[in-house]
Amino acid sequence: MSAQNVLFDAPGPKSRRNILIGNIIGALLIAGLIAYVVFLLGGKGQLAAGKWTPFLEGRTWEFFLLPGLLSTLKAAAIAVVTSVLFGLIFGLGRLSHVKPIRWFAGLVVEFFRAVPVLLMMIFLWLALGRSNLVEDAPFWAVVIALTLYNGSVIAELIRSGVQGLPKGQREAGLAIGMTQMQSLRTIEVPQALIAMLPALVSQFVVILKDSALGYIIGFPELLQNARRLGVGEGNLLQSLLIAAVIFIVINFALSSLATKLSTLLSFRSKGRARDETLDGIAAAEPEGTLSR
Amino acid sequence: MDNFLTLFETYNVPAAFWVNIQLTFWAAVWSLVLGTLLALMRISPIPSLQWLGAAYVNIFRNTPLTIIIAFGVLGLFGQLQVSLTDDFNLNFFRLAILGLTIYHAAFVCEAIRSGVNTVPLGQAEAARAIGLSFLPAARLIILPQAFRGAIAPLGNVLIALIKNSTVAAAGSVAAEASSLMKTMIEFRGDLVIPIFFTFAIGFVILVIPVGLLTTWASRRLAVAR
Repeated sequence: MSAQNVLFDAPGPKSRRNILIGNIIGALLIAGLIAYVVFLLGGKGQLAAGKWTPFLEGRTWEFFLLPGLLSTLKAAAIAVVTSVLFGLIFGLGRLSHVKPIRWFAGLVVEFFRAVPVLLMMIFLWLALGRSNLVEDAPFWAVVIALTLYNGSVIAELIRSGVQGLPKGQREAGLAIGMTQMQSLRTIEVPQALIAMLPALVSQFVVILKDSALGYIIGFPELLQNARRLGVGEGNLLQSLLIAAVIFIVINFALSSLATKLSTLLSFRSKGRARDETLDGIAAAEPEGTLSR
Repeated sequence: MDNFLTLFETYNVPAAFWVNIQLTFWAAVWSLVLGTLLALMRISPIPSLQWLGAAYVNIFRNTPLTIIIAFGVLGLFGQLQVSLTDDFNLNFFRLAILGLTIYHAAFVCEAIRSGVNTVPLGQAEAARAIGLSFLPAARLIILPQAFRGAIAPLGNVLIALIKNSTVAAAGSVAAEASSLMKTMIEFRGDLVIPIFFTFAIGFVILVIPVGLLTTWASRRLAVAR
């Protein structure tokens, strides 16, 4: 149901008036909030033109924001590919009919879903840095930590996607002489992936957001560069805001894509899209899946 | 092995976890309040409030938590001299709670909205039929059922909150677990792996009971239909 119109009737004259009054109060509230923020910022001199003009200069973007955005996107893009691979392998592992494999995959997935990404990132950063295995320890720490966590979430997505398929799909596969793995690989997982595509895209939003954790371990991503810029130009507040806006725009586009996909694909697959997310962060679910 | 154990005499690991539990507790309470308010706004008949609720959720759901927490320290405290208490360290602690609250309230709002979606149409219609207007209907009929339907997603938000409390490290809360782990590894680089597993298992111990409890509660308290 669409929550928006069940809770109240089509308004009559009296409730139309009440809604109008409420609307005016709401609008005043919003205007008041904005005015308060502007007043607060203005009082501290944060609205001075000099604090904002650096964003009109090419070198701000060339040396700080764009390189930062590029490393954020690079880390996120690699993590997307590796976590889908990780998710496929361990998702199949959890569905395997060999007990030890299922057990092992379950253990790995549950472990990495329960450990904070930041904890893994700090550990990998210090461990890789000490071992001299790779040149760019913060970058690989970010990528590997994101892969382990999000790959585990994707493994769970794939598992629940396969379990949401009608039983007949698997039975038909077995009936024409496929092994369990063949039926999984060629019949069930492809359908599960389509049913789970919106949730998968939402998970990419999580990857992009969590790449900002690299800030804490000194990975020169967007937030880190925005901070450096802000310290240099004396406009920390404004730099952080601009970085936040860049993140919001990209993530909002991805979230909208997920919502579109979920309406588009609702006709495509026999699989039922998940209606409850596995993880609070993944609660960035597309709105389409909220309906019953 | 003895070496490893003496680390626990030097560093107080349970105290670090206690900081994370406190961060989680306060942020959970406040984000439940703020999230419920936002959910009410989003399902209300008033367009400007609907818009405000939706704008809040879309903005903060899509912002990295790290930026929000860093903004608390660098922006609110550093630039605007906002302080929530006179105590220097307590101030960072409270700013971290504020950041965690602002971020997770968006997810709480969506969880409650998904709970509202589990309430059958007839309930809202019956509420209207006996003459309840929006607020009484929401308070007496819709929200009590919505909360019971939202336990599982709310539990997921709580689990995420426990794990995300480590991000307070970006907000200069130096006493929490991930910061302590960093200090300990820097001090004893030869024990990287045991130190990591100590902390990781600490979080597993915190997270798994919450997951089991909310799954149990969501079944137990589900409204029979």
